[in-house]
Amino acid sequence: MTSPLTYVARHLQALLGALGHLLRQPLGTLLSIAVISLALTLPACLYLLVKNARTATGSITEAIELTVYLKTDVSLERARQLADSARARREAGRVTLISADEGLAEFRKYSGFGAALEALQGNPLPHVISLRPRSDRADPSSIASLQRYLGSWPEADIVQVDNEWVRRLSALLGLLERVFQVFAALLAFGVLAIIGNAIRLEISARRAEIEVTKLVGGSNAYVRRPFLYLGGLYGLLGAALAALWLIALAAALEPWLLQLARLYGSGFQLVGLTTEELGGLLGGGTLLGLLGAWIGAARHLSRIEPRQ
Amino acid sequence: MIQFEHVFKRYPNGREALQDVSFRIGAGEFVFLTGRSGAGKSSVLKLVALLERPTRGSVLVNGQDTGSLPARAIPAYRRRLGVVFQDHQLLMDRPVYDNIALPLMVSDTRYRDIDKRVRAALDQVGLRAQERALPLELSVGEQQRVGIARAVVARPTILIADEPTGNLDHTLARDVMQLFARFQEVGVTVVIATHDMALVREFGHRELHIDEGRLLGGASAS
Repeated sequence: MTSPLTYVARHLQALLGALGHLLRQPLGTLLSIAVISLALTLPACLYLLVKNARTATGSITEAIELTVYLKTDVSLERARQLADSARARREAGRVTLISADEGLAEFRKYSGFGAALEALQGNPLPHVISLRPRSDRADPSSIASLQRYLGSWPEADIVQVDNEWVRRLSALLGLLERVFQVFAALLAFGVLAIIGNAIRLEISARRAEIEVTKLVGGSNAYVRRPFLYLGGLYGLLGAALAALWLIALAAALEPWLLQLARLYGSGFQLVGLTTEELGGLLGGGTLLGLLGAWIGAARHLSRIEPRQ
Repeated sequence: MIQFEHVFKRYPNGREALQDVSFRIGAGEFVFLTGRSGAGKSSVLKLVALLERPTRGSVLVNGQDTGSLPARAIPAYRRRLGVVFQDHQLLMDRPVYDNIALPLMVSDTRYRDIDKRVRAALDQVGLRAQERALPLELSVGEQQRVGIARAVVARPTILIADEPTGNLDHTLARDVMQLFARFQEVGVTVVIATHDMALVREFGHRELHIDEGRLLGGASAS
């Protein structure tokens, strides 16, 4: 039975051995890591593009407003009750009731028809409830659900909302997200192939060593271990370099994007990777490296047996 | 203990390396396996080391039928054997110390035990001063001693060697053979394949003579 200390020491030795191996072949290592990093940078870029597009359009979607024109015979008391019930909906953000009197006063003030309105015997305007969805519920399906709910009121005369452009924008961002997922899957496969091939070459180069190790009783797990660490290191370093590419790319593009945003009067700020996302990139790269090494090692190590 | 029972070995190229070979080697015995090149000596050792499996018949090592061993049990089986080759099969980019430590590393021996046992093995083969040297910096005889130290460092019960003196002059070959004899004195079963009949006669141990895959003499344990 292996003691925990010995077990950890053997793994540490395999890790240091893999690191030493990478350092002994700096050019080859750098080239492999550069290729892996480029394969990881592309989907990461797309991810950041979608994320920033969502952030940039978030303030626009918050401007969506649903307006309910109540029937003219609905009392102010009833209109208040309806406004309260709208507020209770989880999709609802800010709900404002504009009474018929307030509406008329506003119309009188801004329309320029003040004198003409004096001639009216009563107030022809209905009470109006104006509703803005919560920012996290401004997607087309939530807005449609809200619209159906408001339209189901017997007291509602017209429910007005213009969300067609929101649906188009959302569909476009959804498409970009799907493109990101497809690219991520394809390039993850590419990273697996790159690392698997690097490990295959490494195994071929160390064939004699593997044969001797197996001859003296080295198990497949023992023989495989340094190659797994090598693959993991390739993935981790590739992901770290990809993170650096992203930082450099963001730094290069930020002034242009901010200038563009200013032209549209937007306070848009470029959003980079959060700590969790950076951890995800590094962890994902390492896992891909381990998996690629596992596939490469499992396939080729089983074919190597000691010879005499 | 090593026992061959009606063992046949046919290689994929059709060559019949062993034909109906039966013999028994007792625990702690020293046996020479003799015969011309290609007679089948190496095939016997390969079957003992589980580098090959018999086409027919059974090979028992320490009472265990090697034919029934699953692939996953082979590493643990090999750790109980010491194997020495004519071409040494050393890791040329590792120092002597690391080469000798390898069987202990793969068996997850503790580091402080590895150090003690490697130094003891180095003392046994007289290479303490060369522990940091690379194999290529050593003479052929010294390289063979490193191979022997590696084979015995894990304290195997059986030590097999294929032409261990093939590249050595007579004096060095004698020294190496005396080294093997010392291991037999402490209870290790030693099987050496060789065609150096002068050495076989000099040391006078039991001889299993093989010719064209057939055992011609020495089948019974002394």
